[in-house]
Amino acid sequence: MAEIRNYTMNFGPQHPAAHGVLRLVLEMDGEIIERADPHIGLLHRGTEKLAETKPYNQSIGYMDRLDYVSMMCSEHAYVRAVESLLGIEAPERAQYIRTMFDEITRILNHLLWIGAHALDVGAMTMFLYAFREREDLMDAYEAVSGARLHATYYRVGGVMLDLPDSMPQYQPSKWHNEKDTKRMNENREGDLLDFLEDFTNRFPGYVDDYETLLTDNRIWKQRLVDIGVVSPERAIELGFTGPMLRGSGIEWDLRRKQPYAAYDNMDFQIPVGVNGDSYDRYLVRMAEMRQSNEIIRQCIDWLRVNHGPVKVDNHKVTAPSRTDMKENMESMIHHFKLFTEGYCAPRGEVYSAVEAPKGEFGVYMISDGANKPYRVKLRAPGFAHLAALDEMSRGHMLADVVAIIGTQDIVFGEIDR
Amino acid sequence: MKDLLDRVVQVLGDKLVDSTISLGELSIEVTPDKIVAACESLSSHDDLAFTQLTDLCGVDYSAYGAEKPGFHWRKPRYAVVYHLLSVKHNQRIRVKSFINGDMPKIDSVVGIWAGADWFEREAFDLFGIIFDGHPDLRRILTDYGFIGHPFRKDFPISGHVEMRYDPEQKRVIYQPVSIEPRILVPRVIREDGFGG
Repeated sequence: MAEIRNYTMNFGPQHPAAHGVLRLVLEMDGEIIERADPHIGLLHRGTEKLAETKPYNQSIGYMDRLDYVSMMCSEHAYVRAVESLLGIEAPERAQYIRTMFDEITRILNHLLWIGAHALDVGAMTMFLYAFREREDLMDAYEAVSGARLHATYYRVGGVMLDLPDSMPQYQPSKWHNEKDTKRMNENREGDLLDFLEDFTNRFPGYVDDYETLLTDNRIWKQRLVDIGVVSPERAIELGFTGPMLRGSGIEWDLRRKQPYAAYDNMDFQIPVGVNGDSYDRYLVRMAEMRQSNEIIRQCIDWLRVNHGPVKVDNHKVTAPSRTDMKENMESMIHHFKLFTEGYCAPRGEVYSAVEAPKGEFGVYMISDGANKPYRVKLRAPGFAHLAALDEMSRGHMLADVVAIIGTQDIVFGEIDR
Repeated sequence: MKDLLDRVVQVLGDKLVDSTISLGELSIEVTPDKIVAACESLSSHDDLAFTQLTDLCGVDYSAYGAEKPGFHWRKPRYAVVYHLLSVKHNQRIRVKSFINGDMPKIDSVVGIWAGADWFEREAFDLFGIIFDGHPDLRRILTDYGFIGHPFRKDFPISGHVEMRYDPEQKRVIYQPVSIEPRILVPRVIREDGFGG
């Protein structure tokens, strides 16, 4: 009789369903997973060590590149950590702008997640739909910061610039004639807030479309229901946060429980799952997109009527205006000092966490009183989630591993740092 | 915050070495030989219920305050820092434990929080801290066959070796780094209230 043995299979790092550079070593009994051993670190850039060698302001841009689909949320945790070390607080308008862009980021992230997740499981259309909506939100990113992805828009003490008064418009070209361009520019006539308001009016309809395609879809349910079940107690023990924790039925959201920025004044609900399986986590994220849409709406309303500074007036920390710098000797010195040496943060340590789209993104920062952080530790939500991949995939089929990676919303920029 | 500290003092008793409340956060220090017992009571005691380990990381204090004249770091070189979260009471706490030696060693907390597994592997990889009792202490972030612990302060930012394809030997080889390290902005510590 032939001897039956387990065999080991290598999955990734160059596999489209590995969401980047995940290498999985799978020990399999036929098609059943006995053990999954993720090998990570293929995207390790030593962000934390790099941050130790740079003045505080110069590391903000690195934060975008951690979780490269939820850029501004990582920036938010970083600037909040520096702000609490310095003992300053951003002006109210900046807080609302940050809240609005955090939610825009959440929608951006969830859209990419639903697109990639559905594509992994076999639904091509979702990917195309999700990217169509992402385009509008990235235009909003571009309007405020000039960059579509890596914005570096949040700064210590506020945000870089106030919201723009106009949106960039399409120009006729050999691909788009006058008439096309006019149609494409219809929602770009007003300022950024008008553009976003138009988006928030359309977006719930889009989410309905996605739900029509997926929620009751038989194949989608067959692939997700009862896959990767995590009990609530176990989810806490494993360090799950964000939708992964809420999918298991625990109502825990830092925006509500430990509010920051302007979340105190926002009216929103926290969707939670019941069974803790992949399908529930899908439902939670879909509901979250609708809630984010509502929060953006509330921020738009507030930002329309309340004007004011978007940066603190302390020029040790924020750059003085260009005109001021050219006319005023003191501003000139401030500008020079800020961009050469930076500022020294008082000795101390701080842990600041935000509810990033994937879970709790935290920055633990130690300062020894210098102009550079002494130690920066970035707590990435995906790191804890991927660590549980072994436990979640045991006993499942090979194809389910792909669904579990999808449901965990893995991005290697933040896991490998 | 104050009554959380009172509860912690009550529960931990003599395991607690030091505690500070600063910037709205509570940090406590525990001796390394009592870390598992302390964590056990922090997580299981009903009044504290720190059931989630949010983060665990190593810190190398060897260059702490080095730019400040006359300042000297007196505590042991390494620290392991645990950030705990109580979902039940909505509270956070930071636990620190200082350890020394070229092969610093501390007991693993994987038995208390399953999520500590990878965090301890990371601290081992980056700082060379050995977690006694960890089931699978392998490197996690650095390359296969990497030598050294890159986040220690005596490890240069550009590393020791670089990798390239050698067309003659027709394989990837390692060689000493060719990058000249440069410092664009020097590290300085200014006295309080510098510049007004």
